[in-house]
Amino acid sequence: MTVKNMTVKEITNKVLNNEELFLFDVRTEDAYQDWKIEGENFSYLNVPYFDLLDGVEEIVGQLPRDKEIAVVCAKGGSSQMVAEMLVEEGFENVYSVEGGMKAWSEHLEPVKVNDLKDGGELYQFVRIGKGCLSYMVVSNGEAAIIDSTRMTDVYVDFAKELGVKITNVFDTHLHADHISGGRKIAEQTGATYWLPPEDAGEVTFDYQPLRDGDHVTVGNTNIDIHALYSPGHTKGSTSFVVDDQYLMTGDILFIDSIGRPDLAGKADDWVMDLRETLYTRYKELSDDLIVLPAHFMIMDELNEDGTVAEKLGTLFEKNHGLNIDDQEEFRKMVTENLPPQPNAYQEIRETNMGKISPDNEEQREMEIGPNRCAVR
Amino acid sequence: MELKTDLTLDAKGLACPMPIVKTKKTMKDIEAGQVLEIQATDKGSKADLEAWAKSAGHQYLGTIEEGDVLKHYVRKSSGEEEQEKKHPNVVNNEDLDALRKNDDVLVLDVREAAEYAFEHIPEATSIPLGELEERTDELDHTKNVYIVCRTGSRSDLAAQKLTEKGFENVYNVVPGMSEWNGETTKL
Repeated sequence: MTVKNMTVKEITNKVLNNEELFLFDVRTEDAYQDWKIEGENFSYLNVPYFDLLDGVEEIVGQLPRDKEIAVVCAKGGSSQMVAEMLVEEGFENVYSVEGGMKAWSEHLEPVKVNDLKDGGELYQFVRIGKGCLSYMVVSNGEAAIIDSTRMTDVYVDFAKELGVKITNVFDTHLHADHISGGRKIAEQTGATYWLPPEDAGEVTFDYQPLRDGDHVTVGNTNIDIHALYSPGHTKGSTSFVVDDQYLMTGDILFIDSIGRPDLAGKADDWVMDLRETLYTRYKELSDDLIVLPAHFMIMDELNEDGTVAEKLGTLFEKNHGLNIDDQEEFRKMVTENLPPQPNAYQEIRETNMGKISPDNEEQREMEIGPNRCAVR
Repeated sequence: MELKTDLTLDAKGLACPMPIVKTKKTMKDIEAGQVLEIQATDKGSKADLEAWAKSAGHQYLGTIEEGDVLKHYVRKSSGEEEQEKKHPNVVNNEDLDALRKNDDVLVLDVREAAEYAFEHIPEATSIPLGELEERTDELDHTKNVYIVCRTGSRSDLAAQKLTEKGFENVYNVVPGMSEWNGETTKL
């Protein structure tokens, strides 16, 4: 019997449109507790597939007959099996999530943030399953990519569709939560790969050092990418002001939280850098800049159009991490009671330095789980 | 590393859910208390198998990675906890922990080879209960023999057997490895 599939793209649309969906997650309880597909109007049931091998009779009472049910597992095989059993039990609106949580973790949804001056465009790539955000700045036949994920084909194909050439690739910092695709894209397209040198001390490959005050032009219509040294999450963390309107903050400042300074083991050293960046350097910038971070942590941070963006002035009013007057209290918040560190963050850092070269399957395993780059 | 098991299941090349589906079926073909080795290449099979075994009441022993192949070891549930124990000389885990290093003590672990492999008391000698009859000669008569298993049932049978064979100082350690808090090692 064949079962209808639901793609992660379709689920993404349901998340963005706040639609209803009943998710029947058949992974282990541990995997489910650690990380699942989140949606404003989603409801859930978790029963591991291996407890259903003898039949689904015992749990069908817990499933709605009048709603769409999406069965999800790690890679799509077990959800297929369970969905088939449900169809045999007479359920009509049952789907198996194609590719499972693996596909969910890797899906990138490009969302247009806005037009830039002189016909340029700015896109945000929302990696909705992992909370990673990357960017493409397009102008007059050229493109720059910021904080690329390892799913490099998505950017390369997207640029091809737009008919533009990728000329510059940036990482705001050495990532610890996901594997950067920056170097690979640069190698593939001949683009220049920029990294902040303070984060690149141990890298094993050539890169273009990115320094405070550098300007990089995309296209010949002067979309200006202005580097702004903003240490704190890492020593080298650098923000970008794009087209005088957008502030790409990397992992320093998010919509509802701020970066954590501990992922390279230097929480106490970097905490004052972080404070200086957030409370002094960013304060000197225009309140009208639109902040575009490298992550979001909760679905509430998404705007209605699917973007993750907010005015800097609004964040200075509303983001708790920007409103702690007492230095000691701030130090405590970002160094104590931190959330667990991201899965395999040391190996991820070493991969991004070029020190180890895990294969695709291993890279996927390393990135499993939720994003944990922030403190609230 | 080769571990002696009762049956091996080849689930290499199979994607989820097949390794667990096949394991569940194969468990029906072995006796309670026997050990199944499952060879798989699906990386997710480890967490799933461990969780499945727990939910089904079987004992997940451990996994050995050899190249791309994961060798999982699962012991079929046996209900041995409920068996009545008959051997009169009984000590508890703490007693054994206090004297396991003494020269006149022999710690004998009668669990299956795969159970022993993943966790055992450093001083313990391994002879699975099923092999004890023919391997009694390997044991030193003059020592005080302390027998452990997982819950104290197999060790009770082993203690009776050694007593029959003329061993004089034989003790059953209760409950045994399921609640052992002392030092352990693995192969």
